[in-house]
Parts: sequence; C-alpha cells; structure tokens
Amino acid sequence: MQRAYMDHAAATPVRPEVLEAMLPFFVERFGNPSAVYDLGSEIKAVMEEQRGQVARLIGARSDEIIFTSSGAEANNLAIKGLALATFLKRGKHLIVSAIEHHSVLNSARFLEKFFDFEVTFLPVDRYGRVDPERLKQALTPATVMVSIGHGSNEIGTVQAIPDLVAVCRAAGVPFHTDAVATVGQAPVDVNELGVDLLTISGPALGAPKGIGALYFRNKLRLVPQLNGGIQENGRRGGTENIPGIVGLGRAAELAWQELDEKAVYLAKLRDLLIAGVRKNMPEVLFTGHPEKRLPGHASFCFEGIEGEALIFLLSSQGIYANTGSACASKALKTSPVLGAIGVKPEVAQGSLVFTLSRANREEEVHHVLKHLPPAVEKLRSFSPVWRKKMAAGAGA
Amino acid sequence: MKFLDHCPADATADLVYRACPMHLLEPMELIKDLEPGQVLEILTDYDGALEDIPAWCAKHGQEFMGISEDACGDCYKLYIKKQS
Repeated sequence: MQRAYMDHAAATPVRPEVLEAMLPFFVERFGNPSAVYDLGSEIKAVMEEQRGQVARLIGARSDEIIFTSSGAEANNLAIKGLALATFLKRGKHLIVSAIEHHSVLNSARFLEKFFDFEVTFLPVDRYGRVDPERLKQALTPATVMVSIGHGSNEIGTVQAIPDLVAVCRAAGVPFHTDAVATVGQAPVDVNELGVDLLTISGPALGAPKGIGALYFRNKLRLVPQLNGGIQENGRRGGTENIPGIVGLGRAAELAWQELDEKAVYLAKLRDLLIAGVRKNMPEVLFTGHPEKRLPGHASFCFEGIEGEALIFLLSSQGIYANTGSACASKALKTSPVLGAIGVKPEVAQGSLVFTLSRANREEEVHHVLKHLPPAVEKLRSFSPVWRKKMAAGAGA
Repeated sequence: MKFLDHCPADATADLVYRACPMHLLEPMELIKDLEPGQVLEILTDYDGALEDIPAWCAKHGQEFMGISEDACGDCYKLYIKKQS
C-alpha cells in the first residue's frame, strides 16, 4: 500500500547521517565534558564544535547557545529564566500571543500563579498574525519580555517578527520567539529577526527527541531552571546529553547546507496539496496565512466532521496527518489556536494538518488528493450536523 | 573587606544567577587576557564569592581591590587588579 507520512511536526525520523555521527558517543567516546583529563576535554571540544554548528545555522555566536532537552525546556528557560532575572528591575508583566505552544502559555501561567505576574495574551487576526500596533499598546513600563512564536505548527502562519521586535526594541523590552517550526524548514537569522532569545528543537531538524537549544543574546541574564553545576557555563545543570548534542550539531550542519533548496522543495509540495484540496473539495476552510506560511505546512478544517475520525480513516489508506493540537485533540476540546483565529467550534472540530518533510514525494501528495475527498464525504454522510446544514441549504 | 564607591574596569565577568563555581572559573579565564595593572570587574549574586575571590587572589598572586554593591542591590561587584 502506498504510504504518505505527513505528520513531521509531531515526529520525524532521525536522519541516517545524524545517527551515524552520534553512535560513537554512546560507547567509545563516553567521557564527561566537565572532566579535566583528556577523555573529558576531547568531548568538551566536540561539544563546542556542535555549538558552533547550531550557532551558524541561525547567525549567532557559539557562546549564545544553551543546549536543552527539548524546545519545551528552552521555552521554559527563556520565559521563566528571563522574567525572574528581570522583574526586580522592571516589574511583573509579560506578553505572549494567544496562539503559542503550551510550553510558552503554561510558563507564562506559572509566573502568573506563583509569582503574581500579570500576563497579556495578545489576540491575533484571522490568519493568526499579531498586529504590531496592538503589541505596542500592550507594553507597559513593567513589561519584562514578549514571547511570540515565529511559525505556528497548527496553522502554518509565520509572524512578521522584525516588525514586532522593532516595537519592543523601542521600549527596551527583550523579545523571545519559539522558532521550533521554522528553524531547519526555512532560513532563520537571529540578527535579521532582531530577537533576543530563540527556541530550537532537535527533532524538527532530523536530530533525535531529547535535544533542543536556546539562543540568548549575549549579556542577557537568565535564572537557571535546572539548578546544578557548571554545565552550560552555569546556566543549565545536568551532565550534557553528548550523543543528542552531536546529533543536533550534525543536523544543523546538514540543514545549513540544504536549507534554500529544501524550502523551495517543501513549498512546491505544499502548494500542490493546497491547490488540489481547494479544487476538489467544497466547504473546506483553509487555515492560516495564504502566503506568509511555513513551506511544508498545509492546514484545513472540514465542517461537519470530527478531525480524529478523519485521521483514523486516512490512516487506513496509509495517510498520516494530525488534527494540529495533540492536547486539545485527546481531550476532545476545540483547539484554542483555531478559536483565536475565529473558526467556529463546529468547523474547528474537523481540523486536519499536514506537515511535510524532504522525504515526501509528489506521488504521496496525489495519494492524499485521491483518498481525502471520499473520506470526508463518507464521514459527512454519517454526520447529523452536516445533514442539517445540507437540508437547510436545500430549503433555502 | 575594602568597600569601593566606584571603580573603572577594563573587563567584566557577569556571573549573576550562574552556578557555583562559575564565579571562579570564568574570572580565571578572563584575567589571562588582561595586561598587568588592568582591572577585572566580577558581578555575582553568590555570597560565597565574598570569601572565595579574595582567597583565590591571595593564592594566585593577584590584587583583590575591594567590593561595591550594585545600585539595584541584586548583585555584588568585586574588583581584581592583574599583577604580572
């Protein structure tokens, strides 16, 4: 059976070149980088080389990269670490957008609950973009930081980060962006964006799960969120995950070499998928920005059906996609992101998200375009909501 | 302990919120790049640095100049003058 795995934002295979680079660091080259003897110092040198690869990918300096266990940990460190380091001087207000990842939203809520911070959850427009003017109005003299994600894994929209940063720069407020969805998918340069902190996830680049990184502009103080010793220059405790770090470094090196070509390739597949769905399927809502979007991301809502049922049906045809929000999906709740862009609950229930990788091929897109319309039609034939809508339409 | 009002520095090591013993490790590296007579400023929120840094200076032949408190009160500032 033809297979089309298009859920790469949820999980993507480790690249063979990455695994090959990692393997010696499990058994033969096992030293602790903090050890003073040669078995340690050579591992320390390898680790710093990898830090350089990650830094180069985003236009940063090596000493501005902290390795973490995940993008979620990097988001926690950025938000809680910076807010707690700064509040004595500035105050207790922070701003995030309403469509952030849970690791951003819940870090903000943690500060609200346990440290009496005031959090502004900025609304977004129908494409999921934050208006710089609204951000400007939300800033106060007590604002310690702003965190707005670069690209949305749920609706694919990419924010106008430089415009948002400009507003914050003028007010002297540091800006963090969760770039898990963009780094490795499209060119990202911290100096072009102007951000002060930026989150990276290893798996998004073809590195294994369990590794991520935080870029922080030099001189920023962060309160460690994992207390420990001198690891990561005293900013993040815990013996370093050297195989993971080597994997991330190799993945960053490959991403650097392939990035422009990859973004063009993914955008071509994405556009083919979006155009095919729009042409063949009535009553589809295309979500996110039509142009300012991730190159490998296509997202839709099909009114009258449940996204989970559609995922299940498609998987029987070897097609693997997502509803977009694993947490909301498992709890059978409407996605907060879709709610924030004004999608009605009865439409948001039928959310379907495809996230592509360089491993996907054009014939897989055709496989999806062949099987998606009958799957939606079948589910709608069982749907009382859809029947009611059709009856009302026929009667009108 | 000698208290200083203001001390111009040639280099600064910002160790605020960073784990012990970074308050020793990073200054040890930075001071290598200074010329004799130049001053290294160390910013730290770690109380133990008040003992450790003068002791380190005495052991390694560097001049511990003194301490001042940050205007915001969230860290100490310690000063070392590099000897030969």
